Amino acid sequence: MDGVLHQVFSGIASGGIYASIALALVMIFTATHHVNFAQGEMAMFSTYIALTLIQAGVPYWIAFFATVIFAMVVGVIVQKVLMEPLMNAPVLASVGVFIGLLFIFNSTAGWIFTYTLKPFPSPFGEGGPLFGGFFSRHELGSTAITLVVLLSVWAFFRFTRLGLAMRAAAYNPTSSRLSGVPVATMLALGWGLASGIGAIAGMMVAPIVFLDPNMMAGVLLYAFAGALLGGITNPLGAVVGGFIVGVIENLGGAYVVGTELKLSMALIIIVVVLTLKPAGLFGKVLSSRV
Amino acid sequence: MKRRSLLTAAAATLATPSLLTRAHAATAVGVTATEIKIGHIVAYSGPASAYGAIGRGHVAFWKMINDQGGINGRKINFITLDDGYAPPKTVEQARRLVEQDEVAFLFNPLGTPNNSAIQKYMNSKKVPQLFVATGAEKWGDYQHFPWTMGWQPSYQTEAQIYAKYILKNKPDAKIALLYQNDDFGKDYLAGLKVGLGAQFDKMVIKIVSFEVTDATIDSQAVTLKDSGADTLVTAATPKFAAQMIRKVADIGWKPLHFLTHVSASVGAVINPAGPERAVGIITSQYAKDPTDPTWADDKGMNEWRAYMKAHMPDSDVADSGYVFSYGVCHTMLQVLKQCGNDLSRENIMHQAASLKDLAIPTLLPGVLINTSATNFHPIRSMKLSKWDGKTWSLFGDVITG
Repeated sequence: MDGVLHQVFSGIASGGIYASIALALVMIFTATHHVNFAQGEMAMFSTYIALTLIQAGVPYWIAFFATVIFAMVVGVIVQKVLMEPLMNAPVLASVGVFIGLLFIFNSTAGWIFTYTLKPFPSPFGEGGPLFGGFFSRHELGSTAITLVVLLSVWAFFRFTRLGLAMRAAAYNPTSSRLSGVPVATMLALGWGLASGIGAIAGMMVAPIVFLDPNMMAGVLLYAFAGALLGGITNPLGAVVGGFIVGVIENLGGAYVVGTELKLSMALIIIVVVLTLKPAGLFGKVLSSRV
Repeated sequence: MKRRSLLTAAAATLATPSLLTRAHAATAVGVTATEIKIGHIVAYSGPASAYGAIGRGHVAFWKMINDQGGINGRKINFITLDDGYAPPKTVEQARRLVEQDEVAFLFNPLGTPNNSAIQKYMNSKKVPQLFVATGAEKWGDYQHFPWTMGWQPSYQTEAQIYAKYILKNKPDAKIALLYQNDDFGKDYLAGLKVGLGAQFDKMVIKIVSFEVTDATIDSQAVTLKDSGADTLVTAATPKFAAQMIRKVADIGWKPLHFLTHVSASVGAVINPAGPERAVGIITSQYAKDPTDPTWADDKGMNEWRAYMKAHMPDSDVADSGYVFSYGVCHTMLQVLKQCGNDLSRENIMHQAASLKDLAIPTLLPGVLINTSATNFHPIRSMKLSKWDGKTWSLFGDVITG
């Protein structure tokens, strides 16, 4: 019984990692209706910036916020320079750019910061494990941060005019433009916010998996799975989806199919859910009127 | 025209291989009265570019030999190329070295996937692929690949050494194994099976694998702990090894922990995981660690340090890549000396398989190089070493796997 509990908690801990990146995916999807494959790499790159600041003696939380702002600026620049010219291009063109970005950020990070594994500090203190080893301080703290980000994203889209305008700009650019929404600015802002959320996720993930240029490769896959499972239009759904994927993966790997097939099993469950409920567990069904 | 006749000749060779090999003398390619041409491939760029140090070490070593007058009056023409650690690129470079530069043999190409990619090619061309820089077991397969030979101890050998230690010092151990689900990790599983023999089924109570795409190995760590094992063998690359060391400590598990020497790096594994969490971990070594104070006054290491100072004055002497390079070059040097004036590919291979108790200045005392027609694993001995919180300290005798 102790074993099952252990696996569940350890699943929740890794689920928290997936959930935090899934949130960034929801952000970019809600704001642009694209899924950015380079999201993980951009987050990884920002995390290196944070580490550089911290090593230079900047206090953690100042480095934290400076990095988030840096990431938002990078996001806006990427959108303005690379994505805006492609606004009316087919989706495949954007996908090409996303994949290109993935490689660019990955190799640049390797080139500047080397491929050697680096420890990343946790703001919640090293300290021993809590609750009989079920949770580390950092896992608890980072889960709390993920929930805070979740609440902010949800409230932002639900209650602010800016959030509404961003949703509108992504959903129907032409009508939005006609109603006076500055669509280009909204898209750039969406990229900035997604990149900022990614940076937070990166800084929360790095203390757990250690920082190296390939840190996000595995995580992004699970984050996608989580976001799709919960519904990529719904921040809460994506977070819950992330946690579910983490727990299913652990329990399945430990007791049902073995570690070799645990990812496959998680993905099969997702396929089944999506077949029955294409918008995800918590997603809203979108329909566009032409 | 020349190309066509070459092709025809090649076709003829292919048609009657047995006749040719039986009938006549050996082939000496890449060798003249004044020169031996050696090919080398390593990752100078890309994710594994840290290994480029090995290539730079080789260049310096052969230059030193040339400055000293060469071998039997022949100078070494050392051609080293970059493959960026990408196997398709390795194939391209190997073909270039063999067909265009016409080297006598390939020396110490680096990487398991990279050497796998060219192994069949090298063997079908009958060009020696000597002392490859990877620890996979398969480089000792003299029956199927008589032109390929490893150098460093194989992962299976290492696992057998751990098994021997466990059988002798903890015969009632309950062993758990964590392995990376690829050739590297599976070699440890195979090595434990061989090393523990009939005891394997009784002693190894839990085996769990992970994929390199996994985000964390937390779940595996929990599973292994819950199995009730008191001994743990971790066959994981640095990132996952560091995660494992930390997780094992955090869940309050205190097994006798054996860690693959691939992940014994202080900078890349132990420090990120936390040096205090790693106390008591056992790994193995076959070469002298340039940062270990034990060797501060060692004759062999002083020789190496003098060499570094004279030939590579600006390089980092803490980088074990240079120690590796010096050792493997020394082995090659011995082979070429043994060849005398018969530098045919056949004789180079024959001499490489005829090394007897060769001592190398940078290898641990008691670790000797031995090869034979049926032993293509030059180094089969290692010494265990334990992390004491600050450094790895060697203990016990040299164990042969």
